[in-house]
Amino acid sequence: MDTLALLMQGFASALTPMNLLWALAGVTVGTAIGVLPGLGPGLTIALLLPITYKVDPTSAFILFAGIYYGAMYGGSTTSILINTPGESATIITAMEGHKMAKKGRAGAALATAAVGSFVAGTFGTLGITFLAQPVVELALKFGPAEYFSLMILCFVTVSAVLGSSALRGLTALAIGLFFGMIGIDLQSGQPRFTFGIVELLDGINVLIVAVGLFAVGETLHLAAQRKTQEEVIDIKGPVGMTKEDWKRSWKPWLRGTLFGFPIGAMPAGGAEIPTFLSYYTEKKLAKNPEEFGHGAIEGVAGPEAANNASAAGVLVPMLTLGLPTSATAAIMLSAFQSYGINPGPQLLSTQGQLVWTLIASLFIGNVMLLVLNLPLVGLWVKILKIPQPLLYGGILVFATIGTYGISRSVVDLILLYIVGFMGFMMRRFDFPTSPVIIGMILGPMAEQEFRRAMTISNGDAMIFLHKPLSLALLVLAAIAVLSPIIWRLTRRKAAA
Amino acid sequence: MSDSSSEHIESTLPHKLAAFGVIALGLAATWQTTLIPQVLYTTVGPSVFPWFVAVFLLVLGVMLLVAAFRGGWAADQEGSLSEWGSLGWVTLGLVLNVVLIEWIGFILSSTLLFACVARGFGSRKLLRDGAIGFGLALISYVGFDRILGYKIGTGLIEKLF
Repeated sequence: MDTLALLMQGFASALTPMNLLWALAGVTVGTAIGVLPGLGPGLTIALLLPITYKVDPTSAFILFAGIYYGAMYGGSTTSILINTPGESATIITAMEGHKMAKKGRAGAALATAAVGSFVAGTFGTLGITFLAQPVVELALKFGPAEYFSLMILCFVTVSAVLGSSALRGLTALAIGLFFGMIGIDLQSGQPRFTFGIVELLDGINVLIVAVGLFAVGETLHLAAQRKTQEEVIDIKGPVGMTKEDWKRSWKPWLRGTLFGFPIGAMPAGGAEIPTFLSYYTEKKLAKNPEEFGHGAIEGVAGPEAANNASAAGVLVPMLTLGLPTSATAAIMLSAFQSYGINPGPQLLSTQGQLVWTLIASLFIGNVMLLVLNLPLVGLWVKILKIPQPLLYGGILVFATIGTYGISRSVVDLILLYIVGFMGFMMRRFDFPTSPVIIGMILGPMAEQEFRRAMTISNGDAMIFLHKPLSLALLVLAAIAVLSPIIWRLTRRKAAA
Repeated sequence: MSDSSSEHIESTLPHKLAAFGVIALGLAATWQTTLIPQVLYTTVGPSVFPWFVAVFLLVLGVMLLVAAFRGGWAADQEGSLSEWGSLGWVTLGLVLNVVLIEWIGFILSSTLLFACVARGFGSRKLLRDGAIGFGLALISYVGFDRILGYKIGTGLIEKLF
């Protein structure tokens, strides 16, 4: 069946009243959470993972998809109005958008961010729609060796290339691999890394690690700093754009999308690079580049579109290869696993209805988000004004519900706080936390592919080098790790 | 890395501790890996990846230690860890929650947690925080336990309805 027909089936399922409600719930919760500084879609989806025991997969994924897109919209509101980027991908929006808001142009900044997110989200989702099948067809040719090498490449790029330090990124990844190892090895039935604790035989739930790192760790980190709450700039005048604003925005939206989607869809993922690329491109092309840094609307429109398009792009490897390149994608992947659904290239054929409904609901959620974020933006500003003491008290109560509330195990609660303390340390010493989640989910999958490949080759590890595609992927991974080191060494030599 | 050598001498101790933490995790992984029984009938046994993880952690830990001795790395903090009081209040709330939740139930222990965290973030209105915390915990309990079917357990307040 061709793509469009499948998509139409997806729409038929996503447009039922119940599923529309799930989508509305998702985008609303997602926007609210995205607005709160320091909280992201990963934490929210992690806290809601237990509903996978209660509702059918289609509803759960419509909800998660709504949260995922919604958090993007919410995050830009925060960075424009209070200049604390919730995530590194919105630094640019914070830079330019906050300047606009200070000049009394908050309404235009919010509008160009929201419409830009809508344009990018729609084109990005179209990208997913038409890329899904070709990528799956390619991926079906992959054997275990190619898969393993692809995962190695993914490990390297998400931890060593995209952060501020390869060493600290890889350490975070190694900690994630450690967490992923805990529990009974499914192939041999042997317990591993359990330290004799019975509760650990089933492994550590990704929920505990995600909530520990993102909620408990973040709260401790903020408590240790005790910054005074930043002032929220009031929106003066209506939220909307003048004719001039539209004229200056539409090209940056499209260019931002073109940067964001392909980079997001690569096995490396990452939203920072496309937002920076978009910003510098717009600055180069602008008629009045001196305005950049003082509130240029192009500098909000482009990077916001790039950010959203790359978020859509990340779903391509997630849905077609089972390869998560962000913490949020990794948590969604674990939701598939908790339904007993195997993510990977088979997903589209075995769970076609689910995937196409998910994609259709991304289109629908995007329209809902435009409405939620343009006329109703005042509502979200109120959330921004919740006093910190109450906000973080509430977050820790919800963290308790998310962990203790599903297992009623004090061991889980203790684990949550240990991981939280570790997350606090990682934040203080500038270790990235996403690679922990990615390593934890992707590690056991990589081990499985490694074992399959080795079984096929009768224990000959050269299989990874003999297959041309696998070799190419490993070479790419090696280049990604080694080239910064070599570059630094040669630069040091040149300086000496 | 060379630019930070002089100013950071006093502040590299936490970096060394972080490096030792990673090494300790590597040693723990090594210890646990030696306890995995060998399985003969598979090509790749259950201890191959654990060995890899253990060695990987140890190597990274040593590299971090070297970096720490060379002057550490710039952290994203403006100041040093000065707010011990705030951190203390939040930690107290977490500890109370772990200790008390099975005895007094989710609602009351969450109320305490909420009040402690609020105090840690500088609130001085204990009664207000307690009331809001209690209300939030009560509503969440009803919503998640009674309606969504989570199993949050029982307690002093939970028994009443």
